[in-house]
Amino acid sequence: MTAPLIIFFVLAALAVLGAVSLILQRHPIHSALSLIVVMVALAGLYLLMGAEFVAAVQIIVYGGAIMVLFIFVIMLLNAGLEERTNFSRLATYAGIPLALAVSGLIAAAIVRSGGYLPAPAPSGALTSTKTLSMLLFTEFVYPFELTSFLILVAILGAIVLAQREN
Amino acid sequence: MVPTNYYLILSAILFGLGIVAFVFKRNIITLFMAIELMLNAVNLAFVAFSQSLGKPDGEVFVLFVIVVAAAEAAVGLGIIILTARNRHSLNVERVDLLKL
Amino acid sequence: MPILEYLWIIPLLPLLGSAVNGLLGAKWPNKIVTSVALGSTGLSFACAIEAVREFLGYFAANHQPFRKEFFDWIIAGNFRAGFDLQLDQLTVVMVLVVTGVGFLIHIYATGYMAHEGGYYRFFSYLNLFMFFMLILVLAANFVLLFVGWEGVGLCSYLLIGFYFLKKSAADAGKKAFIVNRIGDFGFMLGMFLLFRAFGSLDFQTVFAKAATWQPDAIGQFGTLTIACLLLFMGATGKSAQLPLYVWLPDAMEGPTPVSALIHAATMVTAGVYVVARSHVLFTLAPMAMYVVAIVGCATAIFAATIGLVQSDIKKVLAYSTVSQLGYMFLACGVGAFGAGIFHLMTHSFFKALLFLSAGSVIHAMGGEQDLWHMGGLASKIKVTFWCMLFGTIAIAGFIPFAGFFSKDAILFAAYQSENSGKALYGVGLLAAIFTSFYMFRLVWLTFGGEKRYDEHHVHVHESPGSMTVPLMILALLSLVGGWFAAPALWGGPNYFVDFLSPVFGNAEVPGGKAAHSLELTLSIVAVLAAGIGLIAAWRMYSGKVVRGTSTGLHKILYNKYYVDELYQAAIVGPLVWLSRNLFWKVVDVGMIDGSVNGIAHGTEEVGDTVRHVQSGNVRSYAVWVIIGAIVILVIIFWPLWRPAFFVTTSGGVR
Repeated sequence: MTAPLIIFFVLAALAVLGAVSLILQRHPIHSALSLIVVMVALAGLYLLMGAEFVAAVQIIVYGGAIMVLFIFVIMLLNAGLEERTNFSRLATYAGIPLALAVSGLIAAAIVRSGGYLPAPAPSGALTSTKTLSMLLFTEFVYPFELTSFLILVAILGAIVLAQREN
Repeated sequence: MVPTNYYLILSAILFGLGIVAFVFKRNIITLFMAIELMLNAVNLAFVAFSQSLGKPDGEVFVLFVIVVAAAEAAVGLGIIILTARNRHSLNVERVDLLKL
Repeated sequence: MPILEYLWIIPLLPLLGSAVNGLLGAKWPNKIVTSVALGSTGLSFACAIEAVREFLGYFAANHQPFRKEFFDWIIAGNFRAGFDLQLDQLTVVMVLVVTGVGFLIHIYATGYMAHEGGYYRFFSYLNLFMFFMLILVLAANFVLLFVGWEGVGLCSYLLIGFYFLKKSAADAGKKAFIVNRIGDFGFMLGMFLLFRAFGSLDFQTVFAKAATWQPDAIGQFGTLTIACLLLFMGATGKSAQLPLYVWLPDAMEGPTPVSALIHAATMVTAGVYVVARSHVLFTLAPMAMYVVAIVGCATAIFAATIGLVQSDIKKVLAYSTVSQLGYMFLACGVGAFGAGIFHLMTHSFFKALLFLSAGSVIHAMGGEQDLWHMGGLASKIKVTFWCMLFGTIAIAGFIPFAGFFSKDAILFAAYQSENSGKALYGVGLLAAIFTSFYMFRLVWLTFGGEKRYDEHHVHVHESPGSMTVPLMILALLSLVGGWFAAPALWGGPNYFVDFLSPVFGNAEVPGGKAAHSLELTLSIVAVLAAGIGLIAAWRMYSGKVVRGTSTGLHKILYNKYYVDELYQAAIVGPLVWLSRNLFWKVVDVGMIDGSVNGIAHGTEEVGDTVRHVQSGNVRSYAVWVIIGAIVILVIIFWPLWRPAFFVTTSGGVR
């Protein structure tokens, strides 16, 4: 039982517990906080895999911006406890089995194809920001520009949506 | 050394949990959070592959996913605010005008 | 003008007349319709005479039948059926009879139908009939013959049901067509069998090939025998033999010229023509010939017995026709094809004469057809009386009228036949006695004795010239028609049989002098038989007659042995029941309508069920999305999850 493995299992348990908590909580604010826990755990996992830049971006953007946005909206809308309606019998009965089916299928695919993945790089090796940015601005420059366009569209959308009815 | 498979299976589990959350929760905002959870699970898979293959391409892709998720969250939450104001309820099951 | 090159003009002229009258005649006055109808038929007759004249020259030069292919009609693989017409001695006889007698009847009909509604329609149908009948006799292959065969059946239906507003007439037309159809079924099967055996349906080809075959033995049902029996089945339908004769008496619902032309002189003889034409096949199938002879003989006596007691003047003549057709088939059945055709020709003369005279009587009596309401007309309608008398003497078979020679030839041939010839002769002779009896009974009831009608209601008058002139011509033919074919026995030229010998290959009467004396004896017996009938009828029906009640044997005969009722109960009734309850209710309404409606209903049901997918509920939509995702996952990862794969890579390769 090496140290990386222990750290992995701890962080993994944290992430799963957070996800389960998201499902079981009844107030949306509690679900949001659970989601933050999941994200932090995932950031830790990224670090474990040597993706330092991605871990940082995860914390800053996801945890610091998106989740804050969620919490602000929950506060704005004064969201209360969830209503206990149940209009769809299909969802009630088929939900869990289907989810199990999806994750089971994917897991089975992963396990069965175990021989095709090369061994991971030795832990401790970090991917440098330099290599990332090199890739980003050479090979992936086209998607990069498109995402900037996408952000522009999102801004415009948000402004349009926020306008009052005149 | 943590085998790559472990990360991938964790990703699958998180994805499944995200599906459960999406199907069973009735608050619109919670639905959105479930989507974010699913996206995160996918990000984890990307990074795991990136590490196993030794190429940083997966991580670049994660960056893009995060950007898109941010944009989508922003606009989506704006729509949620408007919808909630119109229907006076945050219950997704009350938004059923397309019912046949 | 070389008519032979344009042989099609003979059938085409009546067709044109039919089309013109049918399409345009509705608004025309009777005179124009008459001229179109008579003109086309008369021209056709003239062309026929010219064609015969040319053919005689052709035959003298080439010694083979004239055959011309006009255009290809059906070509399927190796099979070819063309619009081919041929002319040989047999066809010459048929064509002249059809056009000649037909023309005379057309003239008669202009007088008879003068006051009827639908005048133009009548002549259109009549001309159409002439067209089809000419096609039938001129055809050079079975297929074209069958076209004519079916066509005359159609025209028979149209003409029988001419007074279509009368239910009995419409029913009679239907009955004729349907019973004919049953026979046609056999005919078609026979054609198929012939095609399968010989690969072609041309007369030339089939008969040439068949001549090389071994004849079937008596009792053996080889291909030829079965084919001949099937063809004969068609002939029984068309020529009203047992058991398919039931339509002919009902066919008397049609106007009398129709009865004369179609049901006496021409259409019903088509069956005899077919058997004669196929004599090559029949002579190779002795079993079939035997059947033909037996059926013909049985029909002759059967119909004669029914005719003894009928009270409708036309019904007597109808049963007489059935009986005489039986004689023709008897002749063919014993191998005397020439004699059969001879009787066909003479029969057409005197039967047409009898029917037209009967029509004249009906016309004179203002529509009355019941013998028991006539009587004493001899002095009032003299021309009709003498014509009818001529016809009756001819049919009874008194020398020197035409019927004597032809009937005598048949009975002589029957007597000499190997297969129960004596029995056939005996029955035929009995039928001859009956024939003479009922015909003279008819004459005496109609013309003799005292009148049994009310003179205030019926004004008896002689028919117009358009009707009497054809009667007189036919009467003359009934007298002299047999002379040019009288056998050598009577010092006659025996022209007829010699004429047909290239077709039938009949030899001179075998046996020389001994046969001659036999023939003389039989002829005397025949005349005596006719005399017996005449005297019996004279004793019973001349003078004052009283109609008795119908009991016992008389009742059975009067009701035609209840054959129609038997058919209705045994065949028609169950068939209708089956059609109504099985084919209509179960198959048509239940299955066909049910499946069509069922599909529509099913679609509705499916739609009604599927629409619940669109519930407006986001969560259920999400479930459907996930199901779709699972499907895609399965499709993509299926090779990975195969059990075989699991077995080979347990643990995987690292």
